[in-house]
Amino acid sequence: MKYNSIDEANKAVIEKIIGSAPFLVDVVPAKSKIKELTEGKVLLHAGPPIKWEDMTGPMQGSCIGASLFEGWASNEADAEKMLANGEVTFIPCHHVNAVGPMGGITSANMPVVVVENRSEGNEAYCTMNEGIGKVLRFGAYSEEVITRLAWMKNVLGPTIAKALKLSEDGLNLNVMIAKAITMGDEFHQRNIAASLIFLKEISPYIVQVEMDEKDRKDVIKFLADTDQFFLNIMMATGKAVLDGARKIEEGTVVTAMTRNGKDFGIRISGMGDQWFTAPVNTPQGLFFTGYSQEDANSDIGDSAITEAFGVGGMAMIAAPGVTRFVGAGGFQDALSTSNEMMEICIDQNSNFTIPTWDFQGACLGIDARKVVETGIEPVINTGIAHKQAGIGQVGAGTVRAPRECFEKALEAYAQKLGLI
Amino acid sequence: MLYTIIKKNSYQDSINLMLLTNAVSAMEGLEKVQIMMATPANKDIFKDAGLYTDELKAAESNDMAIVIDTKDEKKVEEVLEKVEQYLKDQSISGGSQAFETVRTWDRAQSTLPNANLALISVPGQYAAEEANKALDMGLHVFLFSDNVPMEDEAQLKQKAHEKGLLVMGPDCGTGILDGIPMAFANVVKKGRIGIVGASGTGIQEVSAIIDRLGEGVSHAIGTGGRDLKDPIGAITMMDGIRALENHSQTDIIAVISKPPAKEVRNQVVDLLHHVTKPVVTIFLGEKPETYEGNVYQAYTLAETAKIAVDIAQGKDVQADYNAGDYEVKDVQLKQGQTAIKGLYSGGTLASEAAVLLSDGLGLGTEITNEDGYVLKHKGHEVVDLGDDKYTQGKPHPMIDPETRAKFILEAAKDESTAVILLDFVLGYGSHDDMASALLPHIEYAVSFAKENGRELYVVASVCGTSNDPQDYEGHIKRLKESGVIVKDNNNEAVRTALSIVGLRVNDVQKQYKAKTQPRTTFNLTVSDEVMNLVTEKPRIINVGLKSFTDAIVASNVPVVQYDWRPIAGGNEKMRKILSLLK
Repeated sequence: MKYNSIDEANKAVIEKIIGSAPFLVDVVPAKSKIKELTEGKVLLHAGPPIKWEDMTGPMQGSCIGASLFEGWASNEADAEKMLANGEVTFIPCHHVNAVGPMGGITSANMPVVVVENRSEGNEAYCTMNEGIGKVLRFGAYSEEVITRLAWMKNVLGPTIAKALKLSEDGLNLNVMIAKAITMGDEFHQRNIAASLIFLKEISPYIVQVEMDEKDRKDVIKFLADTDQFFLNIMMATGKAVLDGARKIEEGTVVTAMTRNGKDFGIRISGMGDQWFTAPVNTPQGLFFTGYSQEDANSDIGDSAITEAFGVGGMAMIAAPGVTRFVGAGGFQDALSTSNEMMEICIDQNSNFTIPTWDFQGACLGIDARKVVETGIEPVINTGIAHKQAGIGQVGAGTVRAPRECFEKALEAYAQKLGLI
Repeated sequence: MLYTIIKKNSYQDSINLMLLTNAVSAMEGLEKVQIMMATPANKDIFKDAGLYTDELKAAESNDMAIVIDTKDEKKVEEVLEKVEQYLKDQSISGGSQAFETVRTWDRAQSTLPNANLALISVPGQYAAEEANKALDMGLHVFLFSDNVPMEDEAQLKQKAHEKGLLVMGPDCGTGILDGIPMAFANVVKKGRIGIVGASGTGIQEVSAIIDRLGEGVSHAIGTGGRDLKDPIGAITMMDGIRALENHSQTDIIAVISKPPAKEVRNQVVDLLHHVTKPVVTIFLGEKPETYEGNVYQAYTLAETAKIAVDIAQGKDVQADYNAGDYEVKDVQLKQGQTAIKGLYSGGTLASEAAVLLSDGLGLGTEITNEDGYVLKHKGHEVVDLGDDKYTQGKPHPMIDPETRAKFILEAAKDESTAVILLDFVLGYGSHDDMASALLPHIEYAVSFAKENGRELYVVASVCGTSNDPQDYEGHIKRLKESGVIVKDNNNEAVRTALSIVGLRVNDVQKQYKAKTQPRTTFNLTVSDEVMNLVTEKPRIINVGLKSFTDAIVASNVPVVQYDWRPIAGGNEKMRKILSLLK
């Protein structure tokens, strides 16, 4: 190891996180950035690698929706048959510089946001947020869902892309995140402030884009209505920053956390691309009427990249508005949650100071060693999908990352270092 | 039947409304209820739940929609009431604590960066490891944990000494730092008398008597019971003595020790002859015949306190403080009722009782210990019920009356018993009202003996002060009202018990002797860290038992609670890997 100690290596990793410079620069069809999507029928999915037959309902539903969207099939039955008979190749988003919410299903022609981390010169991609209700990421694939996806591809994506071109530099995401965290966002459960800041930044450019006026109105309306629009930008940001930081190929800093509905997977800085997995937990939370814990799908989605980045559940204290997801408690519970999460982090990110936390910085650098030592598992704020495909979101709540992943990662790293 | 209530322009966030829906759903007589803002997306959710109505259709995004499915129309009013009430008292009782709770040393340190003391009460097998971490962080250690191997104690104390730090303990049950009671301790006035001692009821008895005599304690530094054994060599006691010598607010030093190793004892006494302040010592089991130079050796804990107080008040030190009139009038004992049963919750108090009883019986003053029995002779028994033998899986008798109650009954059944001798130890950590907890058992024991034609005498002392969390005077009053003979301190209680069975201790009028020339010279200076510990209020990381924060918080001293748990949940393999990945 080129560092004198693991602490030193970890410090190098978190310095890269703090020193990162993520910019939102473009929106493009996924295939233009991810060449794997041009090689036959390929779908990206959330989490560590998984086979079709092991996917839970929502992810399978998303696959069906994506097949319909891409025109690979004209109905549900055909799509399902095609997916089941091995015609489609599945690749984790994480393997191609991407992340995807919930099912994370991303296909060639879906528009993705492009976040460039200028400190390291790397990029990351994520699909755009579709709003709430019947949406692909929760496994819905009705006509309405496919129609919206087509509109996002044909209208929303190109409009934002053109708007971003008009900005000199793209949008400086660190600045937007820093502002929004003081406005009550924790960037997983709550993104309304950041989404508004995004709208504020992009609107002056959108009004300059040459386009159909009805489309322009629809785009503005969509962005104004979509409270979680920034979540997907945040996810790409987390991915870009952490991929940049894990170029330090040593240490025990968690560089990714993700779930495919079956397994929870983590990466640590010292073990490169390797996943360390354990069976996922099922989120506990609040449910829409008619639904209960029984209906909850197990934990799913790449969005836990936000927690790996130090926000989301880790920054619960930043978002008093959603504190009651932690055990329906109050402010004090949110405070305890973030304080507890600090126990497993190396430092605090001074770029993102949290007023409700006495201006302490957001959590920075989950140390897998501390997770195992204390038994404190990172907490993740998450939407809850119905376990059947097509029904969509049924609630929201929190879930913990299983300790076993961290234990496996440490064991492997100790082996790599020749310590055991 | 579906009923719809639309509250126009009444915005609540979705989480609030989900909680509200949950609360309302719990009401009887409702098939279904859903409360949401009437946004288009939410309307779909209503639709999916089969709760879509025309009123809802007409509602707008800023309206709160309540749709109820019930057979009983009257329920609608109830729901509305419940909703109004809920929205009114939404504020959640947060209740913030006086201290932060953490789960790691790192976090403890960052929460209280100027901490200088760790109060450690983790299970014995982990105690040395955690104490080492505290020392590495530059913290003094107050080690309450017991069952720490002797070699670990030696290692910790040597390391601490090299770093200029103090390890108080292990098995450090009590201490007072700058007036702050630590672990099991009485609330003692601050004053001029500093104590270093084996850390248990010896310190408590001496410091409580000092308080009751109107003087106060600067610090009471616990050393643990084995500090004066060979492998340790009195490292903590000697550093503690040096600390008090350098502490300008300490005028008198009191040293309390269990039976020491001879060489170590002499080394400590040599050091004491070097210090510039008057010193009062007690080596339990030694019956001194002289005062030597600045060192006044006492026979009992009460005498230790009294000598210290007399010196503090500028009075002449008397030749003896122990003798007195301990007669009990009209003692009526049957033939064969000759035995004293000392049933103690305090270890040092039990030892003192054993010494005095043994002395009264003409058996010398040496203490033994067999299964917690510090004395067992011809029916006479003194038992330390706080001994490991009686606390396996059971709370300590200072906290829980059960074990003692059992022993009291046994003693009453024993026809040879004349006297039951008890201690009541007050202070932080102890039972809220042990007198009331034990009195029913005492009364039963006395009446049981009476029914069998025997008078049973119960003699007790209360170790406490008027500022203790318990009611000191009330304790005495309750005991006396129930017929218990209550003496001011343990020495007097034991002698009273002896007099009941017609025995007495011969006391020595101690002579003054000039200081003998010490054989070695000592460096009396202390480290900056130790000076800081004795001159400033402590800043404490409490590792383990949360109740120890009570006294600290009550003293307005900064403390952070470290909710300690075994590393990696006790998983040995991961524990090893973690140690390799440091």
